[in-house]
Amino acid sequence: MLQDKDRIFTNIYGRHDWGLQGALKRGQWDGTKDILAKGRDWIVKEMQASGLRGRGGAGFPTGLKWSFMPKQNDGRPHYLVVNADESEPGTCKDREILRHDPHHLVEGCLLAGFAMGAHTAYIYVRGEFMRERERLQAAIDQAYDAGLLGKNACGSGWDMDVFVHHGAGAYICGEETALLESLEGKKGQPRLKPPFPANVGLYGCPTTVNNVESIAVAPTILRRGASWFAGFGRQNNAGTKLFCVSGHVNKPATFEEEMGVSFQELIDKHCGGIRGGWDNLLAVIPGGSSVPMVPGAQIKDALMDFDGLRAVGSSLGTAAVIVMDKSTDPIKAIARLSAFYKHESCGQCTPCREGTGWMWRVMERLVKGQADKSEIDMLLQVTKQVEGHTICALGDAAAWPIQGLMKNFRHVVEERIDAYQAAHKVAAE
Amino acid sequence: MAKLIVDGVEIDVAPEATLLQACEQAGAEVPRFCFHERLSVAGNCRMCLVEVKGGPPKPTASCAMNVRDLRPGPNGEPPVVLTKSPMVKKAREGVMEFLLINHPLDCPICDQGGECDLQDQAIAYGVSGSRFQENKRAVEDKYLGPLVKTSMTRCIHCTRCVRFTTEVAGVTDMGLISRGEDAEITTYLEKALSSELQGNVIDLCPVGALTSKPYAYHARPWELTKTESIDVMDALGSAIRVDSRGREVMRVLPRLNEEVNEEWISDKTRFIWDGLRTQRLDRPYVRENGRLRAATWAEAFGAIKAKLGSTTAAKIGAIGGDLASVEELYALKGLMAALGSSNLDARQDGTKLHPKFGRASYTFNPGIAGIEQADAILIVGSDPRHEAAVLNARIRKSWRQSGGKLPIFVIGQPLDLTYPYTYLGAGAETLANLEASVADKLNAAQKPLVIVGQGPLLRHDGEAVLSLAAKVAVEIGAVKDGWNGFAVLHTAASRVGGLDVGFVPGQGGLDVAGMIDASAKGNLDLLFLLGADEFGAQHLGEKTFVVYIGSHGDTGAHRADVILPGAAYTEKSGTYVNTEGRVQMTNRAVFAPGEAREDWAVLRALSDVLGKKLPFDSLTQLRAKLYAELPHLAALDTAPVNDAEAVAKLASVGGAARSEPFDLAVGDFYLTNPIARASKIMAECSALAASMHEAAAE
Repeated sequence: MLQDKDRIFTNIYGRHDWGLQGALKRGQWDGTKDILAKGRDWIVKEMQASGLRGRGGAGFPTGLKWSFMPKQNDGRPHYLVVNADESEPGTCKDREILRHDPHHLVEGCLLAGFAMGAHTAYIYVRGEFMRERERLQAAIDQAYDAGLLGKNACGSGWDMDVFVHHGAGAYICGEETALLESLEGKKGQPRLKPPFPANVGLYGCPTTVNNVESIAVAPTILRRGASWFAGFGRQNNAGTKLFCVSGHVNKPATFEEEMGVSFQELIDKHCGGIRGGWDNLLAVIPGGSSVPMVPGAQIKDALMDFDGLRAVGSSLGTAAVIVMDKSTDPIKAIARLSAFYKHESCGQCTPCREGTGWMWRVMERLVKGQADKSEIDMLLQVTKQVEGHTICALGDAAAWPIQGLMKNFRHVVEERIDAYQAAHKVAAE
Repeated sequence: MAKLIVDGVEIDVAPEATLLQACEQAGAEVPRFCFHERLSVAGNCRMCLVEVKGGPPKPTASCAMNVRDLRPGPNGEPPVVLTKSPMVKKAREGVMEFLLINHPLDCPICDQGGECDLQDQAIAYGVSGSRFQENKRAVEDKYLGPLVKTSMTRCIHCTRCVRFTTEVAGVTDMGLISRGEDAEITTYLEKALSSELQGNVIDLCPVGALTSKPYAYHARPWELTKTESIDVMDALGSAIRVDSRGREVMRVLPRLNEEVNEEWISDKTRFIWDGLRTQRLDRPYVRENGRLRAATWAEAFGAIKAKLGSTTAAKIGAIGGDLASVEELYALKGLMAALGSSNLDARQDGTKLHPKFGRASYTFNPGIAGIEQADAILIVGSDPRHEAAVLNARIRKSWRQSGGKLPIFVIGQPLDLTYPYTYLGAGAETLANLEASVADKLNAAQKPLVIVGQGPLLRHDGEAVLSLAAKVAVEIGAVKDGWNGFAVLHTAASRVGGLDVGFVPGQGGLDVAGMIDASAKGNLDLLFLLGADEFGAQHLGEKTFVVYIGSHGDTGAHRADVILPGAAYTEKSGTYVNTEGRVQMTNRAVFAPGEAREDWAVLRALSDVLGKKLPFDSLTQLRAKLYAELPHLAALDTAPVNDAEAVAKLASVGGAARSEPFDLAVGDFYLTNPIARASKIMAECSALAASMHEAAAE
C-alpha cells in the first residue's frame, strides 16, 4: 500500500488549503526554476524514464508524447492543451484535482509547456464543472500574481500563459481532436488522423493534448526523480494512480494508490469491502464505462494496472472502478451505457451515428428479454461493425461494454429471453 | 514518387496523393459517398475503407490517408493496400448496412431513383436483407428555397452540401446541427439558400435528400434523352447536358469542362428549362391594324418584302441579340450586306468593345482556368458573382488555394463577392490614380489579372474606361510573354461571336444608339431584331417597321410588325464563342415548337423571297463559308491565344473618362434574357432575391 510520504496528491480530499499558500506548504512550486534550468531535453528524458503512461485512458507514454513535439520551431507557436473534459461515466479523479489540488496542474502546465516549447497552455474544462473551473481559474490567478506564470515564469526566463476554456458539456469533446475543434470554436467533432496534433493541432500548430492527471503528476516526478516514480508498480505500469471506485462498495472513494495492487487489496483497504461481502460481487467495470466488464471471480485477484487488466480481457482506462454486486441487472447496466453512447455520438461518421442507436435499441429489448436469441449474435456482429471502423474511439467505446456483457453474461441474456417468451406464450394461450 | 502495391499491382504515385486516388490509379474501384474531388475531405461516410498491410489491424479510410503516411515494410518494401480482401468486403457491407438501416425504402417515389449513389452501391457492396428490427428514423424536411427540394429522412450525413456551399459557393447557409443519430443537415433558420450556385448541391447529394424542386416527379432518368450542349445564359459557355423527353426539355445538368465550369453550373443555367416552354413564338405573326395576327411564312415574308420595296438601304438596320449564335449573325450580316446596309450591331447593350483593336481587346485573355494562376486580381466595374457565377467560384477557389492571401482589389460597387477584397473606389478616377500601395502589390505580382466588366463599357465614355483599364494592365505588367492578364468579362453568350464575325456598324453605319435615334426621328424604316430584346425597343419610333426573329415573345416581339419564329439554344446546333474566345457548339436536343425554324434557315428563306439569296443551302455550307472567312471558328472547344498587341493598342486610345461611379451590367441575375423572363422558376427566384435584399437592407 502506498505510504503517505509517497503520495503526490496530498490534498485530494480538500482538508487543507487548496490555494497557493497551502500548495507551497505541501511542497508544490518548490524549485520549479531549477527544474526548468535543467533544460527541455532533460525534462522529456526524465518523463520517459519515469514510465508515466497517459492517465486519460489510452495509456500512451507521456514522455514519448512530449518528445513528438518538433524540436525546432518553424515559426508556428506550440501549444499545450490539457484535457479536463472528464466525462467518462464513473470517472471523478480530475475533478478532485481541480477542486482541491489545482496547483499541481498549474505547475505541471509550466513544466510541460516548457518541455514542448509551448508558451501557451489551454485547459479545456468540462462544461458541467462550474465550481471546478472557478477554482482552477483562481489558482491560475494566484500563480500569475506570484510571478509563477506569465512573463519570465518563476524567474526562469520562460514566458508561460495558461488559459481556461469552458466546454459546453459534450462527452465527445474529451476526444483530443474534437477537443481541439471545440477549442477553436467549431463543432466538437473528431478530426481525421493523420495528421496528428503534434504536427497539425490547435489552429494548425504543433500541439500536445494531455490528461489533467498526467500533467499534474509531472512536477512531483521531476522533483523526486524518475526512478522514484518508476519504483512503484511493475515494468511498463509504473507509478501511482488516482483510482475512483464507485458502485456497490461500502465506502466509494477517490484515492491515490500504487499501480499493480490487486483488486481485492484495493477494495478492502480503501473502500471497506464489497457491499454484502465478496461473495456478493457480480462484476466490475475496472476502467470507466468504455471498457468491458469483468466477472467478480476473475477480477478479485487481478492486478490493477494496464497489463493486469488486459490479462482479464479488460483495460485500466481511467481507473474508474465501477463495482456491481448481485443486486445489479447487468443487462440493464450496459443498456444504460449504450444509451449514453448513443446520446454522445457526434454523428459525424456512419458506423457510430447509426450503430450506437441500433445497439441501444436492441439492448433495451434485451433488458426485457423481448428478442430472439439469434439477435445476440447479430448484436455482437453490429458491435464488430462499429469497432475499428470509425474516425475516433467513441465507436469502440460503445462496442466494448456490450461485448463484455455477452462474453461474461450471455447466459443471463438468454435466460431473460426464455423467461419473456415463456411468459408471453402463456399470455398468448 | 512513391511506390505502392494495390491488390498486387505495383504503382508509382505522388506521395501527397490519397490512397483512394492511388487505388483508382491502380484500377481498383473504391466506393464513396462523402468524398468529392473538389471539396475538402470529410472522411465521415466510411465507405471507402481499405486494408493497409502492416498498419493497425483495422480498415483505413482511403480518402483521408495520404500515401506518404504509410509505412514501408520492414525491409523497405512498398506498402501494400488491399481493396478486395475479406476485411474490406466486411467493412463495406457493415457500413452499407448502417447507411441503410435508417434510410427509407422509398426508391419508387424518390426522384434520385436510377441515378442514386446509394442505390448503385447498395447493389454492388451491400447485402440483400435487413437485420434491423427497430423503427426507422424520420427527419423533418427543411425549406431551402424554391430550387432545392429536401427529403431529409433520406440524408446520409455525408455533408457534401455543407462543404459545397461553404467552400465553393462561399455562403454559410448550411450546416449540421445536433449530435449522433439526431444530427440534421439544415439552414437552421429555414431560409432559402442565398447562392447562385445552389443547384449544384442537387448533383452532389449522393442520395435523394436534396433534389430539384421544379423537376420533382416530372421524369425518370432512364426515359430521358441526353444531349451534350453549351449553355448561353451567361458568357461562360458552361458545358451542359440537356435532358429531354419527346419535344420537351426536362432538365439541364452540368458536364465536366475543367477549362470553363469544372463541374458546376449556375442556377440560371440549370433551372431555365421551364422558360423554354412558355411565351414561345411557334408561328409567324403579322401586325395588322395594330394587332398581331397569326400568319403563314409566305405572308410574313411578303410583308417584309413589301416594306423593303418602299425604303432605301440606308434606312435599314439590324440588331443582334444576346442569345444569337455565330451562324445566324453571319447569315444576317450577309443579308444586310446584300441589302446594301451597313447599319448593324450585335452589341445591343451598347458596349464600346470593338473588333477594330484586335481580338485580345474584347476577350478574357488568360482564360477562366488562368484565374488560378493569377497572383493578384483587379476587378473593374464588374460583379462576377452575378455576371458569371461559375467564374466567380473560380476566383474564390483561387483565393482559397492561396490560403486567403490572394490580393483582390475592386473598383466599382462594393458587393458581396463571397471572398474578401480591398475596395478601392467607385469610378474611373480611382482606376486612373491607383494608390501606391495597391500599385506596388499589382506590380509585384508575377501574373496580375485585370477583369473588366461590362458595366462601365456601356457608358458613352466606355471606350475611354476600357482604354484606361488596358493602360493599367500594361503598366502593372499584366501583359507579357506567356501571360496576358487583360480580361474582359462579357455578360452575353453571343457577344464575342458577334464581334468575331464583325457584326458591328460598317463604314458610315449606325450602331444601336444611332439606330434608335434614327428611328425616333423617323429615319429608320426597317429594323431586323435577331432575338434582340434588351436594347430599349420602347424608344423606337412609330414609323419603323420591326421584324423580330427569335424564340420568345418578349419586348422585341411586342414591338414587332412581323414575327419570324426561331429556335432556342436547345433546339439548334449553333456556334457560341465564350468570354475567353473559346469556340463551342450547341447540339439540338429537341425540335423547335410549331412552325418555328432554326434562325439561319429563316434568314436564308427570307433572303430568297427578298431576291438576295444567301449563298448557302445548308448549315454545313454556311459553316464552310464561315470557316473560310474566319478560320479560328473552325477550331471547336479551343480558345486561341490572341495577339497581345491589341491591349497595347487599346491602351494608347486614351480619352476622357467621366468620374461617375461604375454601374453594373447585370441588374437582376435571374432575369437577364427572354428565356429567363419567360421562366416561372426564375421569376420566383428573382422575387425571393429581391425580398432577401430588402430584408438585408433593413
